[in-house]
Amino acid sequence: MWTRAPGVSVDGMITAQHLTKRYGDHTAVEDVSFACAPGTVTGFLGPNGAGKSTTMRMICGLTPPTTGRATVAGVAYGRLPNPGREIGVLLDASAQHAGRTGREALALTAAVLGVERSRVDAMLKLVDLDPKKARRRVGDYSLGMRQRLGIAQALIGDPRVLMLDEPANGLDPEGIFWMRGLLRDFADRGGTVLLSSHLLREIEAVADRLVVIAGGRIVADGSKEELLARTGTLVRAESTTALRRALAVAGLPSQPASGGGALVDADAAAVGRAAAAAGVALVELRTADGAGLEELFLALTTGSATPTEPTDQHDRREATVA
Amino acid sequence: MSTTMTKPATTPDAGEYSPRPFARPSVARLTAIELRKASDTRASRWLLGLTAFATAAVGLILLFVGDTADHQLDDFLGLTLVPGLVVLPVVGILLMTGEWSQRTALTTFALVPERSRVTRAKILAALGLALGTLVVAVVLSVLLTAVGDAPDPWGIGAAGLGQATLALLLTVLWGVAFGLALASPAAAIVAYFALPTAFSVLGELVSSLDGAWDWVDPNRALTEVGELRASGSDWTHLAVSCSIWIALPLVVGAARLVRREVK
Repeated sequence: MWTRAPGVSVDGMITAQHLTKRYGDHTAVEDVSFACAPGTVTGFLGPNGAGKSTTMRMICGLTPPTTGRATVAGVAYGRLPNPGREIGVLLDASAQHAGRTGREALALTAAVLGVERSRVDAMLKLVDLDPKKARRRVGDYSLGMRQRLGIAQALIGDPRVLMLDEPANGLDPEGIFWMRGLLRDFADRGGTVLLSSHLLREIEAVADRLVVIAGGRIVADGSKEELLARTGTLVRAESTTALRRALAVAGLPSQPASGGGALVDADAAAVGRAAAAAGVALVELRTADGAGLEELFLALTTGSATPTEPTDQHDRREATVA
Repeated sequence: MSTTMTKPATTPDAGEYSPRPFARPSVARLTAIELRKASDTRASRWLLGLTAFATAAVGLILLFVGDTADHQLDDFLGLTLVPGLVVLPVVGILLMTGEWSQRTALTTFALVPERSRVTRAKILAALGLALGTLVVAVVLSVLLTAVGDAPDPWGIGAAGLGQATLALLLTVLWGVAFGLALASPAAAIVAYFALPTAFSVLGELVSSLDGAWDWVDPNRALTEVGELRASGSDWTHLAVSCSIWIALPLVVGAARLVRREVK
């Protein structure tokens, strides 16, 4: 029986507990801890090369962590008797034998898991790969079709947990919308979902929780509402320079927003007073919502990625591997 | 007393979550899956189909072209085994390395985290393919011998058949071992065909090595077995050379696979 490691408080359907992965003197993932609860979709967010894929590979035992541990359904992944029936994993949709048909790839997974053959057709139907497409070789598939096949493979064991690495890559807007519905429904029925993306927009619409990783470290972890609440006020003025000066005088911390203006860590009233006191004419003043989350994401990820030199190197390595 | 009895039941030490009791896939099922994987792509079907064709072709060529006196069962069997002996190691190599070259290892080892079970299933599948090839060669040879007109052609004993079996199994295992150790189809195929040959040539060129080469050159002993005429010291030579060329890479490769990072 598994007993919880001392000093680790995280508990969830998926847990990462102080996961660290070093390659030589380069640290790809450092002290990453989080937990995913049933009934929720957790968005694992970070720029390319931030350590998302490495973390996911550590969770499912493909990459041995340097230190730390991970659990799925309370035990180390390797101790799940038949992992595919507990957790559906899609790490790389391109990692399929090019010479096999989509249907055959799915039938092989069904055979390993010991599920009924009828599930093969049910899953093909679910992910909208018609019999004609399913009979084609995977080498002839578009990335979007491979993603659908990968999602079918993840779901065929009727698991309680899904872990998907960049599943929206290659999907068209309709496909992304379809996948969101699928994941939302899976979580609403009590399932646990962890999905990664380097694009906030992709995840924002479906995730309840966000875990943001940059430079191998967790930089934010909380419910979407919590993180939104922290995003402050978006303000634009005729002169951004004058605005930033006015905010500084009032002692309100701000940073430039991507579309001009500034993102202020204060409520709208305080920002309005500061602008009025300095005689700055505003053109926009509102609570930062979705846009603010984007700013937060950019700020968090770029902010913490710059001090660590090797991140760029790792970016390149991850890019070639992926 | 009742409190000490109830407490463990209400607070299990396994935390809130525990896996559901699904059966893990048996090695037998995994072996069947590996056999299927060895024959479910266009390339693998061509490879196996061409081997079957070549096996039939060489048998028929001997029947129609060869001397009547050579239409013995052991002649047919020795010849029809040749295509299998050439191709099966490649099938073994692809069985072990395909997971890496096609990147399916990511799926395979996520579904079966105990990698040694997958390795065992692959080895069993390779041996199964070798036995299947043997059956085809034997059936074909018996048919051709019956059709042939040689006087008293059935002179093959259990020993000869045993040697044929051993030759096939060792040859396919050799491919499996190289595939497992090198984990790349190109490297393993080149190494499988080039290294032992270079090794043999070295033994032929340097006459002082000749005695030692009887022990370490796998081609010498395996040729005797493949041509169904191994005897006496051939067997110890075979055991020693196969330990070096087959068992060693097999063990090293399997041990590395268990620790390897799968990307």
